Amino acid sequence: MSKATNQLLASILVNSVYEMRNYPVVLLNTVLSPFSFLLIITLASRGALFGEAIEGGLVMTMFSAGTSLQADLSHLKNDFKLQDVVVATPTSAFVYVSGMTLSELIYASPALVLLSALFVVYVHTTLLGLAAIVGVMMLMFLSSVSLGFLLATISSDIVQSYAFSRLFTTLFSTIPPVYYPITYIPLPFRYLAYLSPTTYASEIAQNAAGLLSQSELDLALAWLILAATTAVFFVITVKKSRWRDR
Amino acid sequence: MGSGELVCDGIVKRFSNGKVALSSVSFATPTSGIFTLIGRNGAGKTTLTRILATLLEPNSGRASINGLDVMSDANELRHRIAVVPQEGRTVSWMTPRQTISSYLMWRGVGYSESMKLADVAIRRVGIDAYGMKMNSTLSGGIKRKVLVAMALASDADIIFLDEPTTGLDPISRKQLWNVLTDLGKERFVFLTTHYLEEAEAVSDRIGILNDGRLLSIGTTQELRSRLKYRYALRIPGTGVDLPPFEGEKFTRRDGETQVMTTEEDAAKLSRELVNRKVAFSMNPVDLDDIFYYIVTEDERSKEARPL
Ligand SMILES: Nc1ncnc2c1ncn2[C@@H]1O[C@H](COP(=O)(O)OP(=O)(O)OP(=O)(O)O)[C@@H](O)[C@H]1O
Ligand SMILES: [Mg+2]
Repeated sequence: MSKATNQLLASILVNSVYEMRNYPVVLLNTVLSPFSFLLIITLASRGALFGEAIEGGLVMTMFSAGTSLQADLSHLKNDFKLQDVVVATPTSAFVYVSGMTLSELIYASPALVLLSALFVVYVHTTLLGLAAIVGVMMLMFLSSVSLGFLLATISSDIVQSYAFSRLFTTLFSTIPPVYYPITYIPLPFRYLAYLSPTTYASEIAQNAAGLLSQSELDLALAWLILAATTAVFFVITVKKSRWRDR
Repeated sequence: MGSGELVCDGIVKRFSNGKVALSSVSFATPTSGIFTLIGRNGAGKTTLTRILATLLEPNSGRASINGLDVMSDANELRHRIAVVPQEGRTVSWMTPRQTISSYLMWRGVGYSESMKLADVAIRRVGIDAYGMKMNSTLSGGIKRKVLVAMALASDADIIFLDEPTTGLDPISRKQLWNVLTDLGKERFVFLTTHYLEEAEAVSDRIGILNDGRLLSIGTTQELRSRLKYRYALRIPGTGVDLPPFEGEKFTRRDGETQVMTTEEDAAKLSRELVNRKVAFSMNPVDLDDIFYYIVTEDERSKEARPL
């Protein structure tokens, strides 16, 4: 196996395999949180928003990967000084973070599998719609992971890092209409929701599954904004994250 | 085994809060054996170690190890170095074996090979009994040894250990000295410590850092030879009245009176004490004395210096 594969594997072992083996309860957590929203929305809407809630769960599971990544990286960096240990090895920031990120996908996988099963059974879409939903999920994942890495490398202690991650979870996932249509929000506040990239993500997903009908223009705009914010997060992360301290 | 040099040239580190941790540190030392940095809390040991280990950017100045610049050749250098940070801790949900193995994998070693090397290193630092236990259940000293084992399991020929023996019991500490001494025969070890008898016992060369400046560097012998007063007399109690002599007199932490003086006056004082039938000891100054003397001189001269 190549050196990079071994390095990638090391991050995965440390951040997920060894951890899960010892604290299986962390897995339960990643399954429970999207499902708790799913349940509340479904019950409150008497089933009407079940499809939206499933899609919301999928989008949010991808998005929370970034939040978890940030928490894990900060913990390893600040409490164990693991980043110092790894920086002084041939492992690059990219390989280290890729491994850590794959770990987050491993954690997310039970939720993703369950939600996808529900999606296949209850939500009907075309092949193109499916591609759109997968694309949106990937963009969400990339932007949240970038943001997570950036915040983890610039935070100097775990409390500060948790404060950031709570803030961005609330801003990007609790407030925006991810689990229900944006039309449920009274008009003046709707514009606020459009400040969050997750709003566009869920609109695209809802449109793709026929749960919402968007004009071509709105759809194109949503894609554009989502891609642009992802690109911006990614570029800021590449430029501003600190592998070696300053 | 590298026969090169570690060179620092005008290294300055100012943190974002304005604190100047290193003000123009320059020195060179061969990259063989053990080099130990000593200095008071906040002297800048960790800051310098982190700059040399490619973990922290200096504000200005250059540093290189065996010809590799810590900034521009960092990627190449990172194949050759291993670091145990001062506040490094073992990840709680792993075993020592998993800890060392994953570190080696980050260095590019394959899984099964890394496990074999981990076992060898675990035996070498004498913690065989704990290899498969969860880190969270180990005592602080064993956890430190796991981190040291990690560095020595690697193929790095330059090893940075920032206070590796802090928190070890006296016997474990001496066991680790043996490990370090062995290590110093094959590779270059850059060490920091607050235990001066340890620095004296294991180091080939010693640097004294105070308030961001390197005050002196060399073998214990060389450091001593640069002092004005190279002999130490210790007399129990504080009430000793001594004839005039050239040198320093102070009370040690253990309550003894200590005199540091020239060879000539040491002979004069000891004749006097023998005549008076006062018990005392006379030795060449040890690293403790040298450190105390150099650092207090520096602090006194700073107080005297106008701002
Ligand atoms: N990130 C930082 N931001 C601001 N100041 C810092 C930072 N890190 C260290 N310092 C300051 O720089 C100085 C040198 O610190 P350093 O940790 O290098 O000392 P040290 O010699 O290793 O001390 P000790 O023996 O206590 O470990 C100290 O005054 C410290 O407070
Ligand atoms: Mg220190």
